[in-house]
Amino acid sequence: MKTWIAFWHILWKDARTYYLKPPNVSWGLLFPLAWTGMFFIKSGTSLEGIPGLLPGVVAISILFGTTSLLAVTVTFEKRGRSFERLLLAPIPLELLMLAKTAGAILFGVANAFVPVFLAAFLADLTGVRWAILIPGILLIAVVSTFLGLFVAVAVKEVFEAQTLSNFFRFPMIFLCGLFFPIAQLPAWLRPLSYALPLTYGADILQGAVRGANTLPLALDFLLVVVFCGTLFFLTLVNVKRKWIL
Amino acid sequence: MRAGQQEAVTSLGDAPAIEVEGLAKRFGDVTAVDGISFAIRPREIFGFLGPNGAGKTTTINMLTGLARPSTGAIRYFGRDYTRSVKRAQHLMGIVPDESNLYPELDGFENLCFCGALYGMPRAKREARARELLETFGLAAVGPRRFRQYSKGMKRKLTIAAGLMHQPPVLFLDEPTTGIDVASARQIRQLLAGLNRTGTTIFLTTHYIEEAERLCDRIGFIVSGRIVALDTVDSLLQEVKGQHAVELLLGAERAGACEEIQGAFRAVRCQAAGPRLRLTSSEPVSLFPIVRFLDERGVQVFEARVVRQSLEEVFVRVTGIGAEEMRKERERQGAPA
Repeated sequence: MKTWIAFWHILWKDARTYYLKPPNVSWGLLFPLAWTGMFFIKSGTSLEGIPGLLPGVVAISILFGTTSLLAVTVTFEKRGRSFERLLLAPIPLELLMLAKTAGAILFGVANAFVPVFLAAFLADLTGVRWAILIPGILLIAVVSTFLGLFVAVAVKEVFEAQTLSNFFRFPMIFLCGLFFPIAQLPAWLRPLSYALPLTYGADILQGAVRGANTLPLALDFLLVVVFCGTLFFLTLVNVKRKWIL
Repeated sequence: MRAGQQEAVTSLGDAPAIEVEGLAKRFGDVTAVDGISFAIRPREIFGFLGPNGAGKTTTINMLTGLARPSTGAIRYFGRDYTRSVKRAQHLMGIVPDESNLYPELDGFENLCFCGALYGMPRAKREARARELLETFGLAAVGPRRFRQYSKGMKRKLTIAAGLMHQPPVLFLDEPTTGIDVASARQIRQLLAGLNRTGTTIFLTTHYIEEAERLCDRIGFIVSGRIVALDTVDSLLQEVKGQHAVELLLGAERAGACEEIQGAFRAVRCQAAGPRLRLTSSEPVSLFPIVRFLDERGVQVFEARVVRQSLEEVFVRVTGIGAEEMRKERERQGAPA
């Protein structure tokens, strides 16, 4: 009970201090809107083509929303030593890191629903399997956040976190099958695609929105969960190794 | 002692509040802390003094769970927490050398957040936050954001944050460094008052006079080893009856100390840059020494009699001038 009081307050403090700040809220709205508009114009399709763009835009919105903010907040607090205050509190490290990531996960989910709401007004989404889409969005938010956390813990400066995040993010967008089917990638690049968590997240979204998943959805979900666990575990190892000397 | 704290301490028995045995920390080939041992009694103010890089912060980090000991044991109130200091973190309040609260939150919110980290329920943490703001004279600025506080106010609020959950043990790292005299004095008064209400205090400071005034016992750490540990009175016995003079030379002069000691057998000399500290069991006669130096082309700009204090003990034990240490700290941009 006591540790949960700490959990909620870390989450609430981060939401107030970072995620609900007007610049971040507007960024969280504008970024997905800009992506949606850009892809819509580029595709040259009619409004009916929007569901086809939806998985890509949703995935990108989550990926950038979660990783960008988390990389800044954790690195910033570590630099200002206020993260030390959290490490010195009697909260299990696992719960502390979950509390620090919970805000980013919710922010990512909120970002994901911007294009979804927009699409709901412009196109027919009756074919969307919401029972798959919603947990899919949540899982992609979790895995992206843990990826951002992994990066944030690995570096010292905010700019390093942003640079390293881009090193992961941009190749991931093009290799995960959202915009180019993996089958059409050069053979030597395909193994790399299957080593990326977003590949399976994107497949869930393709399946939920268009019924066009290439792998069984249960396998997609399982693999994203495995990526979440692995990234979180590696982050904890890194925190203990680098921050608790 | 406050009720909650009394309960916590009593339930933990009369064992030492903090007990350290053979504690060591190595970073590769470098030994930061080299097998130190000490025990701090409940309700004691313990001063931990040493030059920069002596191992003070590493020791505090090990005691508070920010570093893992290479060897040795850590006990709080008789219970062994060596393997997981995390389990003892509810017993301690920690005030780091930097005021590391949240700039976006106001004073009251910062305190409440710190209380929440220790699982305090809402009504209790709000009442405690108000009480501490009053105690530290910050009630009027409670609704102001932390980033708008002065250095002294930041330091006071950081100390208050460490006290939110009424810990039986308080770690204070350089509580008065970099703040104005009035705030420093107020903080010292608050610490003395806190100790009277039953809190055990582990204090590191570069201000030796502060340690002398506040602490029951003091440990000196140099190069990772405790070189002296005793009550202030006992430590002062070492310099009782000693006389000391400090000379400021026009320039640093290699071998000046050896020359003086060769000519004046009763005088012991230590050099730190252009400063020479001369000590003797007899009163030091200045004129012959100044003339002796002048004949060798060494100008003496300043001479002052040094009051025998803990600073003298520190200089003897560590071989480092206290003034040098304080200046070094300030040069490094001591935080508020």
